[in-house]
Amino acid sequence: MPGVSDKLKIAIVGAGPGGLSSAARAAELGVSHVLLEQSPAHANTIQKYQKGKHVMAEPNVLPLRSPLDFQAGTREAILAEWERGLAKHSVNIRYGAEVVAISGQRPDFTLKLKNGEQLQAETVVFAIGMQGNPRRLGIPGEDLPCVQNTLDDPAEFTGETIVVVGAGDAAIENAVALAKQNTVYILNRSAEFARVKEGNLNLILKSIEEGKVGCFYNAACVSLTATPDGEKPYSLVLNTEQGEAVVPCNRIVARIGAIPPRKFVESCGIKFPSPDPAALPVLSERYESSVPGMYVIGALAGYPLIKQAMNQGYEVTETILGREVEPADEPLLAEKFSRLPYRKSVGQTLALMQQRIPLFTEVNALVFRELMLGSKVHTPAAGEAIFRKNDYTNSFYTIVDGSVEIELVAESGESRRIPLGTGQFFGEMSLLSGRRRSGTVYAGKDCVLIESPRRDILKLMNSDDSVRKVVDRLFIARAIQTGFAPGTPFAELEPVAARAELKRYRKGETLFAEGEEADRLLLIRSGSVSISRRVGEHEVVISYVAAGNYVGEMGLLGKTRRNATVRATVPTEVVSLDAEAFGELLQRNPGLRGEVESTMQKRFASNSRMQGSSESGDMISFLIKQGLGEATDLLLIDETLCVGCDNCETACAETHGGTSRLDRAAGPTFANVHVPTSCRHCEDPHCMRECPPDAIRRAPNGEVYIQDNCIGCGNCERNCPYGVIHMAYAPEPKPGLASWLLFGAGPGPGDVHAKGHVDGHAHGHAHDGKPKAPKKAVKCDMCKDQSGGPACVRACPTGAALRVSPEAFVEFISESAVER
Amino acid sequence: MHQSFLQYRGKRYLWIGLALCVVAVLAYGWHAPLSPPNGGTWLGYTLGTIGALLILWLTALGVRKRSYSSTLGTVQGWVSAHVYLGLALLIVATLHTGFQFGWNVHTLAYVLMVFVIGSGLFGVVMYLRFPEAMSSNRSGQTRAQMLQEIADLDQRALRIAANLPAPFAEAIGSNRDRTAVGGSALAILRATDASQVSLAGEDGVVRLQANPAQRAILDWLGRELARSTDAERTRRVDELVNLMAARRTLLRRIVQDARNVAWLQLWLYVHVPVTFALLGALVAHVVSVFLYW
Repeated sequence: MPGVSDKLKIAIVGAGPGGLSSAARAAELGVSHVLLEQSPAHANTIQKYQKGKHVMAEPNVLPLRSPLDFQAGTREAILAEWERGLAKHSVNIRYGAEVVAISGQRPDFTLKLKNGEQLQAETVVFAIGMQGNPRRLGIPGEDLPCVQNTLDDPAEFTGETIVVVGAGDAAIENAVALAKQNTVYILNRSAEFARVKEGNLNLILKSIEEGKVGCFYNAACVSLTATPDGEKPYSLVLNTEQGEAVVPCNRIVARIGAIPPRKFVESCGIKFPSPDPAALPVLSERYESSVPGMYVIGALAGYPLIKQAMNQGYEVTETILGREVEPADEPLLAEKFSRLPYRKSVGQTLALMQQRIPLFTEVNALVFRELMLGSKVHTPAAGEAIFRKNDYTNSFYTIVDGSVEIELVAESGESRRIPLGTGQFFGEMSLLSGRRRSGTVYAGKDCVLIESPRRDILKLMNSDDSVRKVVDRLFIARAIQTGFAPGTPFAELEPVAARAELKRYRKGETLFAEGEEADRLLLIRSGSVSISRRVGEHEVVISYVAAGNYVGEMGLLGKTRRNATVRATVPTEVVSLDAEAFGELLQRNPGLRGEVESTMQKRFASNSRMQGSSESGDMISFLIKQGLGEATDLLLIDETLCVGCDNCETACAETHGGTSRLDRAAGPTFANVHVPTSCRHCEDPHCMRECPPDAIRRAPNGEVYIQDNCIGCGNCERNCPYGVIHMAYAPEPKPGLASWLLFGAGPGPGDVHAKGHVDGHAHGHAHDGKPKAPKKAVKCDMCKDQSGGPACVRACPTGAALRVSPEAFVEFISESAVER
Repeated sequence: MHQSFLQYRGKRYLWIGLALCVVAVLAYGWHAPLSPPNGGTWLGYTLGTIGALLILWLTALGVRKRSYSSTLGTVQGWVSAHVYLGLALLIVATLHTGFQFGWNVHTLAYVLMVFVIGSGLFGVVMYLRFPEAMSSNRSGQTRAQMLQEIADLDQRALRIAANLPAPFAEAIGSNRDRTAVGGSALAILRATDASQVSLAGEDGVVRLQANPAQRAILDWLGRELARSTDAERTRRVDELVNLMAARRTLLRRIVQDARNVAWLQLWLYVHVPVTFALLGALVAHVVSVFLYW
């Protein structure tokens, strides 16, 4: 084992899957190394998983390359296997070693540890993941053993006095769980619990009201001291509204967030391409950062899956030792490229693509490789439709070879075809707006296309400003072309597009207000807006406009004051055109004025109808609150017809392997319209974010569904603001009718498996006592694999269940307003 | 708001059902058999066959309703047709009898059929009447939520009662434990409230007494409130009165909800079993006709 003063070949920071694999490979090859882990055990993140959690080994197609073994299994089995591997290869791992600074350059890096010790290394590998370090209390006494940043099992503590610091979801969940058998105080720095899930907000307010949890609002910690003689072992001094307060306590749970690892990484000199929090560090094809000799692997490098990180750990060690290593994904790419008409190696093909497509030329080779891994290569026959108008797909296409034609159909029915050649791209409209395709695209002769998933392209746009700029500019030009000047050649629109601005609005923010000067027209690129007017004392919502449409046209046609207020119902992006730019468009397209005027007229008619009934305005407001603003399809129940038979739920369960994805009775009701707990199929689905295996997809017809490669991490369940995703065990297979009828085997026909809210605990083990396959996320897939449409609607005996899209929705409301 | 099963597709099945009735009545009027009208004439056989097939098809709704992946129409469409053609069956089958009734299996089948149709008609009325009432009574809450709210109210009341003399805790606790509504179908429909509560009387002796609609406990609390002279005690008792009044409202809504649900479901307990009895009688009727006529 090398002494402290010896210079090491490799210093690896962070003993997660990537770091472990890298160190094990170094150890296997007999290279001097150290693996520094700040926590007292390896794989800290996995250690914190709940007991017995099943860990998946996605992506299945990727082979594992590591001296350590890794297969899907329980948390315990995986941790034990890695521990065996560490011992077998005599990995030099040091626990409790927190690196606070790294200085120097290759081959002379100095790593400073928290205890003051310094290590010398030729190269450094960052494998620190994305969790970051928990924020500390920042008060005297913060290091006392009674302070903890995590809470594994609330049942561990009984009869204690515990102070939970923080006002986020984690703090609330911990406080409420601990309050069952402890005296709990929650300490909130501000006057309310803002920015938490509604369920948690209700939970904590109720607990406070009932006196189960004590709460200090507008309070801050001042100091913490040990009081061995006091009634409780510690005493926490607080600064509250009423002055200083002293709380004798046993324990402090600090849930005040984490400091993202980026700060530390940047302090070591590693550069990021943009300040966007989603941006990834600049890396070479071999994971080398902007500081030569410093490498970044794993989640921090943009690879959130365990197997990817382990492969990279292996590869990075090989690279540092100067050994040529073919990336583990090489065969996958070779397979992808096999249908291409070129005889080239994977590396050459990738280089050719980057060279041919200007959008990708500047992109870092490693990032491009990753993009290609997720992408598909198509060689469609001439004339074949790549996608059709009104499809709900949202992937992004680039043309490597040949050409395509985009067919745009104007409202008049007149259709035109716009050719696109090698190096150009298409599909950005749906990519950015999340709405349906605006045109049909046909393949030309000998066409080679790359189809990249939305998630990967958005990731790329976030980390590479050059890509974002090019896509944004083209989006604006094409949006203007589709919306206002279908007859004008693309190039002529560039100057108009350059005048247009891209603006982003937060949920609830005002785009413009009634009475303001009208000087701009806004084309909604993503999100949606509500339109409201002052009627007497109140503001009444009179309409709702979805992405792909425009608002504010009235001002540009000669009316100078806004006659309505427009607000974003969800985070919304718009292209803003000023009067001058619009004037230019009018000149180019004489028919445009007529078109805009007819849209305006239609809107007037609908608005005045809606304004007549304040109830329908309230209904729009209610449904917008229920997610209509971002929904593409909303299940509603007409309570004047619903008899509560639950045949909708039963039908859902029976057509989806026994688990209902809908909870009819739950959910809010307004004026006989009930919104059950069921997926809204959001245009920019919250659930799709942070899905490690990218298992949540959108089908061409708009259905958001979950594929079988779900790893059961629960991110989507947490991210869904409407609570419509549940983690559920696959239910037992249903027995045949005869064996159920005669022998009472298993659940019978129509027996719903734990309706709606799926409770896993009772079903954790199959009858033979063996643990079953892990829980997976289930949600409504709008019966995309069933013929005849959603089973819930088809099974409703009275016609109470209906599905509405936002486009049809205002009409639906105004009709029902007239009927009443 | 949008189409109910009665309005389905412009009442298509209403018109079909009516047409069937009109044709049957006209045929019956025009037909002049040698014997008095009965099931044995050619028209009798025709109407009988139509009626028997209709009964089989009407029964098949139960199968269609449970064929969740079936694309053979929507369940709503089936229900719409079930209602209108079921009503038409009454005319068709009555004409089939030629108004010849007696104490035999044939008339038994007819009577059972009338029961089934009658209960079905009753069901339709219930389906039109109760959903809206049920929805407004629930005012956006599920029954489980209402029950949970009652449990929460009780818990809060018990905590307040802990700071008052012992009879208060006894009253609130016994009220929680002895609240008894519902039970048998009859009790649900009549909204019977058999709740009891243990209250301290003037003499200080605690007695168990009837507490329908929370009346006894509210009266008792009101008396205690009037007698209280201590400000803090008054505040607590007043709070208890509020909690128990809220509890009464919730309880009333739960009882009403159970009643609504019962009205929506009860008729099925007649409609479906009698349907099976009808099928049996129908088989007996058909077999005996062909064997013994």
